[in-house]
Amino acid sequence: MNVTYISNLVRSEGDPKVLRSGPSSLGTADQLAKALGWFSLALGAAEIVAPRRFTRALGMEGSEGLVRAYGFREVAAGLMTLSPDKTTGLWSRVGGDALDIVTLLSGLRHDNPKRANVACALSMVLGVTLLDFVGAKATAARHTRSKGQRRLYHDRSGFPKGLQAARQARRKLPTQSRSPSLAPSSAA
Amino acid sequence: MRALVWHGKEDIRCDTVTDPEIEDDRDAIIKVTSCAICGSDLHLFHNFIPAMLPGDIMGHEMMGEVVEVGSGVNGKLRKGDRVVVPFTIICGECEQCKRGNFSVCERTNRNKQIADKVFGHATAGLFGYTHLTGGYPGGQAEYVRVPYADATHIKVPDSLTDEQVLFLGDIFPTGWQAAAQCDIEPTDTVAVWGCGPVGQMAIRSAILLGAEQVIAVDRIPERLSMAEAGGAITINFDQESVVERLNDLTGGKGPEKCIDAIGMESHVTPSQPDTILDRAKQMMMLESDRPHVLREMIYVCRPGGILSIPGVYSGFADKVPMGQLMNKGLTIRTGQTHVNRWTDDLLHRIEEGEIDPSFVITHTVGLEQGPEMYKVFRDKQDSCIKVVLKP
Repeated sequence: MNVTYISNLVRSEGDPKVLRSGPSSLGTADQLAKALGWFSLALGAAEIVAPRRFTRALGMEGSEGLVRAYGFREVAAGLMTLSPDKTTGLWSRVGGDALDIVTLLSGLRHDNPKRANVACALSMVLGVTLLDFVGAKATAARHTRSKGQRRLYHDRSGFPKGLQAARQARRKLPTQSRSPSLAPSSAA
Repeated sequence: MRALVWHGKEDIRCDTVTDPEIEDDRDAIIKVTSCAICGSDLHLFHNFIPAMLPGDIMGHEMMGEVVEVGSGVNGKLRKGDRVVVPFTIICGECEQCKRGNFSVCERTNRNKQIADKVFGHATAGLFGYTHLTGGYPGGQAEYVRVPYADATHIKVPDSLTDEQVLFLGDIFPTGWQAAAQCDIEPTDTVAVWGCGPVGQMAIRSAILLGAEQVIAVDRIPERLSMAEAGGAITINFDQESVVERLNDLTGGKGPEKCIDAIGMESHVTPSQPDTILDRAKQMMMLESDRPHVLREMIYVCRPGGILSIPGVYSGFADKVPMGQLMNKGLTIRTGQTHVNRWTDDLLHRIEEGEIDPSFVITHTVGLEQGPEMYKVFRDKQDSCIKVVLKP
């Protein structure tokens, strides 16, 4: 039972309650962005809280400060990816992925005993980069303003008698239509 | 029945839900014939306003036919009556209602205890607009229960189409109140930020109320073209400085009256760095609102002028220049719309052919297309300005 059905508990007897859900306004691209946003938050939190685990696993001891900084970057990108500005969030993740790749490449040196782990991490980051890139392109395409027809509305004045007649229509506001400061205090 | 239901951030679905039932003697059930997506629904779509729950039915602009009434409606509404439902639920009897301050009705918010804690004092119940304002199911549905229906309705004649009268429930009186509370004088320049549906109504209202000059600020060409058609001089803030152009158009003195028809989600753009800072803070929950327009209005408004704010703000806005506001002696007037205060007059103006609010409708679709239309409207795709849904 999901939250939608649990929330029926707070509704009054005569309020409508959900029986069956229809298709969501969230498209596949939005769902992907949402998943990547939460992933970003989780990874960022882990990097902030336990940077040593990362550096130890990657043979990059001494870089804890850098990992923690990357953690804050991940959290910021995650928040943006989960917000209505998801495309910007995903492109910022792509940029972050590039930084991660460059950093990991420096760990691929021959004297690193955890070189295999670094290679494994690198392949994962490359996979996530691909997802971020695809997600950014897809959300940009889905939410671009240029979708659909371009129309101008120069013919929609809203004044059936014309603009000139509307400009001359000024008349005294009726008593009940005055601004609050002028409203009569009939309750007194 | 079918209804557009909020399931989370940017997640609206056309669900099958149980039919609403009469709960109180003063309730009525309305079969919805037309409803609309409002700009303020987008704040809920983005989850920027707290206290939405998955399963909440959206929508606060609707009209239809009365199909059932409670015994306490006392003949003020009968089966078959055609009504527009105002977005503010009013009792018509409390001290505020008697003063015409309908949007702060003292009785209709059924979550008064929570609202008292959050706002200091509760405001009126609203349809489809979070549990802070009563958690009442909205009208983007086939049927809606209207509480306090004997007071919460606007009867409309059969001679007018749904499209002509639907907006009496929200955006037309909202734009009208925004202009009316500017106390417009015949020599005034009124500047309107935002050419969405409320901005368009505010522009036309300012014209009808006799402003000498109305200036509209936006960046979307189709919205600016509609503003121009309504009699406004337009400023595209992507192409020119709003402050410089407003000063040019007013002999260097600034507009006497400024209307913020944007609210908490002003556009983020590198040419206005404060918008980027606001967006970052909003994302990190350090600030709930992005008040760029408010800052700009305070800066450019002529000393002694009036700032009217129909745009929705939800909580806390940073860096509002109180020094400029105070020293320039500006007056701020704001609030949710006291819909029923204005509707008799506005309905009369529609009947007389003075204005036809249907000009703003760009898309009319079935209810099942509602979830997709939230996206189209939010992303301003397909030159979308106003969506009407037919359940």
